[in-house]
Amino acid sequence: MVPLGYYIGLSTVLFTIGVVGVLTLRNAIVIFMSVELMLNSVNLSLIAFSAYSGDPAGQILVFFVIAVAAAESAVGLAIIIALFRNKLTVNIDEVNVLKW
Amino acid sequence: MASPIIGVLINGLFGSFIQKKLGEKVVGVIGSATIGLSFICAILIFSNMLGQPDDQRRHVYDIYDWISTGGLTVGVSYLVDQISIVMLLVVTGVSFFIHIYSIGYMQGDRGVFRFFAYLNLFVFAMLNLVLADNYLLMFLGWEGVGLCSYLLIGFWYDKKFEGVGITWTGDAGMKAFIVNRIGDFAFLIGMFLVFADFGSFNFDTVFGAAASRFTTGDAAVTWIAVLFFIGATGKSAQIPLYIWLPDAMAGPTPVSALIHAATMVTAGVYMIARSAVLYALAPTAMLIVAIVGAVTAIYAASMGLVQNDIKKVLAYSTISQLGYMFLAVGVGAFGAGLFHLMTHAFFKALLFLGAGAIIHALHEEQDLRNMGGLKTFMPGTYKTFLLASLAISGIPPLAGFFSKDEILSYAFASSPVLWVIGAITAFLTAFYIFRLFIMTFEGKPRFDVHHLHVHDARATMLVPLWVLGVLSVVGGWIGIPSVLGGGENFDKFLEPAFENAQAKMSSVFFTDASTEYMLMIVSVLLCIGGIYLAYAAYRKRPELSAKLRRSVGDFYEILLNKYYIDEIFQAIVVRPLVFVSDRYLRRGLDEIVIDGTVNGVGRIVGFFGKILRRVQTGFVQNYALIFVIGIIIIIGFLIYAH
Repeated sequence: MVPLGYYIGLSTVLFTIGVVGVLTLRNAIVIFMSVELMLNSVNLSLIAFSAYSGDPAGQILVFFVIAVAAAESAVGLAIIIALFRNKLTVNIDEVNVLKW
Repeated sequence: MASPIIGVLINGLFGSFIQKKLGEKVVGVIGSATIGLSFICAILIFSNMLGQPDDQRRHVYDIYDWISTGGLTVGVSYLVDQISIVMLLVVTGVSFFIHIYSIGYMQGDRGVFRFFAYLNLFVFAMLNLVLADNYLLMFLGWEGVGLCSYLLIGFWYDKKFEGVGITWTGDAGMKAFIVNRIGDFAFLIGMFLVFADFGSFNFDTVFGAAASRFTTGDAAVTWIAVLFFIGATGKSAQIPLYIWLPDAMAGPTPVSALIHAATMVTAGVYMIARSAVLYALAPTAMLIVAIVGAVTAIYAASMGLVQNDIKKVLAYSTISQLGYMFLAVGVGAFGAGLFHLMTHAFFKALLFLGAGAIIHALHEEQDLRNMGGLKTFMPGTYKTFLLASLAISGIPPLAGFFSKDEILSYAFASSPVLWVIGAITAFLTAFYIFRLFIMTFEGKPRFDVHHLHVHDARATMLVPLWVLGVLSVVGGWIGIPSVLGGGENFDKFLEPAFENAQAKMSSVFFTDASTEYMLMIVSVLLCIGGIYLAYAAYRKRPELSAKLRRSVGDFYEILLNKYYIDEIFQAIVVRPLVFVSDRYLRRGLDEIVIDGTVNGVGRIVGFFGKILRRVQTGFVQNYALIFVIGIIIIIGFLIYAH
């Protein structure tokens, strides 16, 4: 059995990639992908802990998270499409009206 | 007790509707009926009290706890004893008749409902004042009557009224209110002192502990008494705060009769009589009360001599008579003070109501010089007015004689100087009231007889005049002094209430019968002299009055202008106050300091805002970065802090 530390390590790496992606990239779609990456890294650690503690409840929970995340990504993509229709761009540097 | 407030609610909330739909009579009837109910209750309580032995005539009714915090408990509790029952009867009785009179007097006014609502509210406040069993509740009534006085003086708020610094009746109301505030302030401080010393406002507690806490003449009790008295000078129009009362005549005449002659202005006398125990411990304060009372009596009477406005004469007369009452309580004759308070309420209310009837008949003419000869036109008013004039002058056996004489004999026992002042005032009183009487009713009419159809008022106004007329005659009989074969029932009735106070007073009143006869004869002679002089100067030989006027020269001018007191007050109090308020408080304090602070705070916030708004770049990623940094810091803290 793969030790727990590996799972946590992978999860951390994925999460960090996601965070860096969200913070540094300029393309809204890629940022959105990074967010999904962060979400899945958390799912991964959740499943790992669930398997190691012998409690299947965590794995059931992850199914729910995935289902909800699917819905969420539909909403997110819809927002990005709406943004593109208005601004003809998905570059977030040009979407900075949320300020003084 | 509760019934006037019902009247207030009905007339105050629905009055305008009732007046429109059902007519103004209904409003008046509701207003009068509620007071009538109180009057009947008062009579029942009184007769009940007479059936009880002397020492069980004191009852306290707790309604509910008004304020209850820590060491302070103030209840809405009413105290019914000999003093308050006298006030209760006078207040409800006189107000009842004045309410009835007002139905006639106010007919056709567009604000009848407002008038009756105020009037009922006034009676409610006044009953609170006289029935309260603690100083705080009394103060509530005290302020309540002040408020109603203000409202009613300025009742015809769109009417012009002339006075120093006054152009509208509303200004006169304001003047009354502000001058009263000065007195109220002193009263409040007095109350604080009472609380500091006794830890309670309750009359029973305070008066019960007073004797053991203070020795006679202690500074603390003297201060309390003096401050209370200053409060009384405001409400009861004594020197130096009397100036509001003559201008209070701007209000409708029934108001002048009720508030500014019979009831509210006597509140100060009542308050001092109620606090008799405290005053008994403060001889200095009592001396001040007596002197101020005596000086006010003669001073106000002298101004009454020359006024030409019928209501102003009566106003100065009221101040002067109140001076008598203070003289009485000041020399320790609390019973005599209340006795005069009662008789004065009868005849002065009658004089005012009579004056109101005249003013009404002459279409708002108040100048004595434009009256005359009304005897034949208004016989009913003439007769009742004559009764009241004789009563106030002190002609036996009318009410004023007994009460005034009792005060004078006590004053004589206390100090002959006070007696001399009182006796001269009696002479002046007889003179000015008969000057008024003769200029109004006797001689030839000085108004347009053909165009004004002058006649007696209708029954609603005339009946109260007659009732008060009868009371002005018989009202004094309950206090006939023993030397004249009377029983002094009034004093005997009140005696138990003043027992504690009298026990602490050092002076004992004793005048033998012959002195008392002599005093009476002198005062009656003075009254007759005053009446005769008025008759001679204004009826028989009119040229005499001109001669009289010339012989006193400039003094006449001074009197006519009321010693220029209003002007002096205007110059030394009002103008500097307005100047300081405008120059320093408004332009200096308000505009620079207060506005400056407020604007400064705004500017500082704006300044920081300008710097801090750079944080909001609009790039969501920057915000997310800050999130992440924050989370890292928190996690780092959680890990390494332990």
